[in-house]
Amino acid sequence: MSDARFGLDRKIVLPGPLLLDGGGSLAPVELAYESYGQLNAEGTNAILLCHALTGDQYVASPHPITGKPGWWTRMVGPGKPIDTDRFCVICPNVIGSCMGSSGPESRAQDGQPYAMRFPVITIRDMVRAQALLLDHLGIERLYAVVGGSMGGMQVLTWAATFPARVSAALVIASTARHSAQNIAFHEVGRQAIMADPHWRGGDYYQDGRGPDAGLAVARMAAHITYLSELGLTEKFGRRLQDRDTKTFGFDADFQVESYLRHQGLAFTGRFDANSYLYITRAMDYFDLAEDHGGHLANAFRGSATRFCVVSFDTDWLYPTSESRNIVHALNASGAPVSFMELSAPFGHDSFLLDVPDLDRVVDGFLSAGGL
Amino acid sequence: MLRPDLAIIAREIAPGARVLDVGCGDGTLLRALRDEKQVDARGMELDRDNVTACVAAGLSVIQGNADTDLADYPDAAFDYAILSQTLQTTMRPDLVMDQLLRIGRMAFVSFPNFAQWRIRLALMFGGTMPVTKQLPDRWYDTPNIHHVTIDDFRSYIASRGVRIEGQWFLRGEKLISAGAANLRAQHAVFLLARS
Repeated sequence: MSDARFGLDRKIVLPGPLLLDGGGSLAPVELAYESYGQLNAEGTNAILLCHALTGDQYVASPHPITGKPGWWTRMVGPGKPIDTDRFCVICPNVIGSCMGSSGPESRAQDGQPYAMRFPVITIRDMVRAQALLLDHLGIERLYAVVGGSMGGMQVLTWAATFPARVSAALVIASTARHSAQNIAFHEVGRQAIMADPHWRGGDYYQDGRGPDAGLAVARMAAHITYLSELGLTEKFGRRLQDRDTKTFGFDADFQVESYLRHQGLAFTGRFDANSYLYITRAMDYFDLAEDHGGHLANAFRGSATRFCVVSFDTDWLYPTSESRNIVHALNASGAPVSFMELSAPFGHDSFLLDVPDLDRVVDGFLSAGGL
Repeated sequence: MLRPDLAIIAREIAPGARVLDVGCGDGTLLRALRDEKQVDARGMELDRDNVTACVAAGLSVIQGNADTDLADYPDAAFDYAILSQTLQTTMRPDLVMDQLLRIGRMAFVSFPNFAQWRIRLALMFGGTMPVTKQLPDRWYDTPNIHHVTIDDFRSYIASRGVRIEGQWFLRGEKLISAGAANLRAQHAVFLLARS
């Protein structure tokens, strides 16, 4: 007998209210998610996957808008490191996003989109909403929580907020707090959106067009931070785009310009500008130590969770020093932790790309949990 | 089969203890301790491939450097800190040992004895830095940057007011007596404790 709570393209509406860190509340709470693989009879094989800033629940199934394969098909599937033959993998869309979970595009009580009336949320609010989803699914304890980048922030927050519900935590290319540089890059993106005349204070949903130019610039700036200088140089160098000489104008003469413009434009087709504002804000507010008296180790005191922290040597967005900061705190709290800096040329994006060592580590770390 | 110095350490460690193996390599000792003595086994290792292999084997191992990263652990976090065949490769062996005895209640330290007679003879009569089965690297590519003898180690330990709780000496795979160990032993294993 099939259980309608599990499968692809699921959505539930929970009554809430979800009390938020910012003081407000959210009700009802819509949560869109996908699940892959079967929950075993004891309910002990569930893995929660947390997606990154512009990710979504389509981790291993085609994206409904772009038609592209899921964002982590290389990692999640039958026989893959996150093996859906063994595990029941659940990937929820974070609140604040635009792929089905409650966000600025959702309808408020008055039937109109929230837009900027949507409450400012935090990473912990996202996690608390996910906990409601797990309650709904009847999953008391997770075999593991796994995530890269903003997903890693959720993993850390899960372990700190619901330690008894997390057996193992895998944090990839992430950080325990947003640095001034991280916030600065996000602010550039937000200002680009808000400077677009089509943003109109966020009330653009009825206009037939939104602040696409601003959102594209935000994406272009952010995209640079996801790549390494070496990667950019190898991929584009100073090569020209479909021409033999410079035009002495402001067309996309260089391949790298053309590439970024394409990335920016493609992004506007699948992402909501207001969601981008809300989620980047949640990341900027993230400072796990601040929530625990200024000492990150306090966040994990007495935790029985197994941790694995992975960084990449070319990631300058969340560099290895940030992962070491997490590891230091975990050591101080006595939690069992593994850490490694993997070598990969792709910068921050390495966690999504072909890095065989990451596959080995994920497989080994998860298998060590006994399933 | 464990390397002889590791076999001694594995035998001596109490079941269920909390252990940090500094320079744990591919995790051979940690696996043995975990599987045979239910030890809470943690490791630190410099080499990325080794760390990956350890994590793939389900061990809790951190990529790190004995010279710089032991400071991250709180005092007395472990019952035993282990430094096997690594002391002579560190930048500051004295500071590393201070750290070992800070984070561990006790510390196992094993190292190759540079005063063993074959090495003495090789230097005396060969006039070149010895290359032996026990120390197979040449002067320019050896990871051993602080050659130490058993007598050096003992006098250092005495000067720091550290207690020797146990000592074992090896020639090849064989345990030998403590008599003239500085001349006879190829490897030494010491168990140390703060006084």
